[in-house]
Amino acid sequence: MKRFMAFVKKEFLHIFRDYRTLIILFGIPAAQILIFGYAVRTDIKNASIAVLDNAHDEVSAELTLKLEASDFFTISNHLSSYDEIDVTFKQGKIKAVVIFPEKMAATLTREGSATVGIIADGSEPNAASLVTGYTTGILNDYSSGLTQHLTASLPVINPEVRMYFNPNLESHYMFVPGVITLILILISALMTSVAIVREKEFGTMEVLLVSPLRPWQIIIGKVAPYFFLSLVNVIVILLMAWYVFGLPVRGSIALLIAECMLYILLGLSIGILVSASVDKMENAIFISFMALMLPSLLLSGFIFPIENMPKVYDYVSMILPPRWFVEIIRAIMIKGAGFAYIWKETLILIIMTLFFIGLSAGKFKVRLGEGGR
Amino acid sequence: MAAVEALNITHRYGRVTALDDISFNVNEGELFGFIGPDGAGKTTLFRIAATLIIPAGGRMTLFGLNTVSRYRELRNHIGYMPGRFSLYQDLTVEENLNFYATIFGTTIKENYHLIEPIYKQIEPFRKRQAGRLSGGMKQKLALSCALIHKPRILILDEPTTGVDAVSRTEFWEMLANLKSEGITIIVSTPYMDEALRCDRIALIQNGRLLDIDTPGNIRLSCSNRIFAVRHHRKYELLLALKSLPGVLSREPFGDAMHVSLNPDTTPEQLVRELEAKGLAGVTVTEIVPGIEDIFLELMKREA
Repeated sequence: MKRFMAFVKKEFLHIFRDYRTLIILFGIPAAQILIFGYAVRTDIKNASIAVLDNAHDEVSAELTLKLEASDFFTISNHLSSYDEIDVTFKQGKIKAVVIFPEKMAATLTREGSATVGIIADGSEPNAASLVTGYTTGILNDYSSGLTQHLTASLPVINPEVRMYFNPNLESHYMFVPGVITLILILISALMTSVAIVREKEFGTMEVLLVSPLRPWQIIIGKVAPYFFLSLVNVIVILLMAWYVFGLPVRGSIALLIAECMLYILLGLSIGILVSASVDKMENAIFISFMALMLPSLLLSGFIFPIENMPKVYDYVSMILPPRWFVEIIRAIMIKGAGFAYIWKETLILIIMTLFFIGLSAGKFKVRLGEGGR
Repeated sequence: MAAVEALNITHRYGRVTALDDISFNVNEGELFGFIGPDGAGKTTLFRIAATLIIPAGGRMTLFGLNTVSRYRELRNHIGYMPGRFSLYQDLTVEENLNFYATIFGTTIKENYHLIEPIYKQIEPFRKRQAGRLSGGMKQKLALSCALIHKPRILILDEPTTGVDAVSRTEFWEMLANLKSEGITIIVSTPYMDEALRCDRIALIQNGRLLDIDTPGNIRLSCSNRIFAVRHHRKYELLLALKSLPGVLSREPFGDAMHVSLNPDTTPEQLVRELEAKGLAGVTVTEIVPGIEDIFLELMKREA
């Protein structure tokens, strides 16, 4: 155990001595979150919206006032009919239209609920999700105020959100799960494979092998720091997403962390496999990048929805771990789903992990490969 | 008991035969050298001894333990220094030594007496990263790391390559010290002058052993007298020597040609013949054959 700990300590020294490693570890995730976060945040100051008030009663008037009073919106158009919606959107001046139904106040008192339509410009998914989010927030705020007045019946205003131009707006805050997916595969697979191959390239692996250290001690010792740092990274990303961007985790955080650990483990086992197969750091980087990073970026559904791809890519993406992980993390963070909803994806990741661990355990040798001279 | 017993060791990389039927014994406490050019198979042989490669044929035992089947026990007793100094460039001198001490289950303190003469020379730099040490200091650190667990055998693969002449001399003095501590040492080198410091040497070429003996005996085994022939027009000298039937071999060594002669050709005769070819002022002096001369002669005989 003492030997093992010495090994882990040495590994941490490597990481903290090399500023490039540190940049990749912590700089890139931070930069990505900040870039995404700020790009979106500036958009939502005083966004122009339009109101189509079919009700003209005291509820719609008060809601209009509340929308205008917030810092997020400026009501630039007051529309008088549905026909104007299309024209106004095409002019591109507004981000969303809020539609109050006819006889809104009356419906609200009689039936206890009313539906407000929100149509957002889906061509800017991030802005659209923010606008609808804030509008919904204002509506909820108002109805909870009503609830306190009239305790008997609970009047609720239901927002009904529609997307204009992009009706199936897929990606609420999609980038945070995407960034986590990317960063984890980057650190766990790429960095560990490079760290192991570096020992081969500098010839230190020869001495490690001759030492009484067992191969599993060498491997676990090499990957343990990266496992730990990846977890730290997940937490940093989540905190930053929350502080900078106001994105909470809707589901269980414990479940999220557990799933992340599983995914990190999967990444590490891929990294070990890569490192067992190559002798040069460039090759390790190349393989990790081509085989992991690019597919994760392009085929995981992170940037491009899988539904829009030809069927072939759909099948290809099924063998890629990121696809399943993006789904899991999206479900937990955004939909607030529990384990019952994601057990299938989790099982797939577990099977993949076992497969890769088995494969790399078989490949890792207690001796030098035939390539060494 | 022999420290190393190698029997018919053979190894191939694809279709290239790296080692061809090599057998030798190293006695306990012996300083045993392998001399040969690059690509002769020294590194492969050392890796087999260090339990890193399974030979394609033959068997090797260290202290009676087979390098293939009993590698786990053996690894506690081997101090191995690969051709490239296996140091962590971004760790300091002290951290490197500490790391190797710990993974071999010991501490610097426990075996400090063993490495002291070597380590105290680099101790002033113990906070410096290994990557920023000179070649000679790296070599000393690597040796300290290989020694820290008090191995019974040291396997040193070209430890003096790329190191300055002074450090090389110092290094061989250290090996002599370690030998007196009872540690068996096998060492390879491309430098012939270092061979003289070994108890016994094995000459290796193209994966085959040419000869094993003490440096003195190997010198005696040279059947021909060797002469150093000097002239400032070296190229003409070489051509002239090639054309003379009495000259058996000629190899350039520094500013001279080392020449072996037919028994019935005298050096005086050689001078006359060379002068007849227009090389006035040529000098011919008999020399004691060096390891190089013998090596070259043995190589010729093999071919």
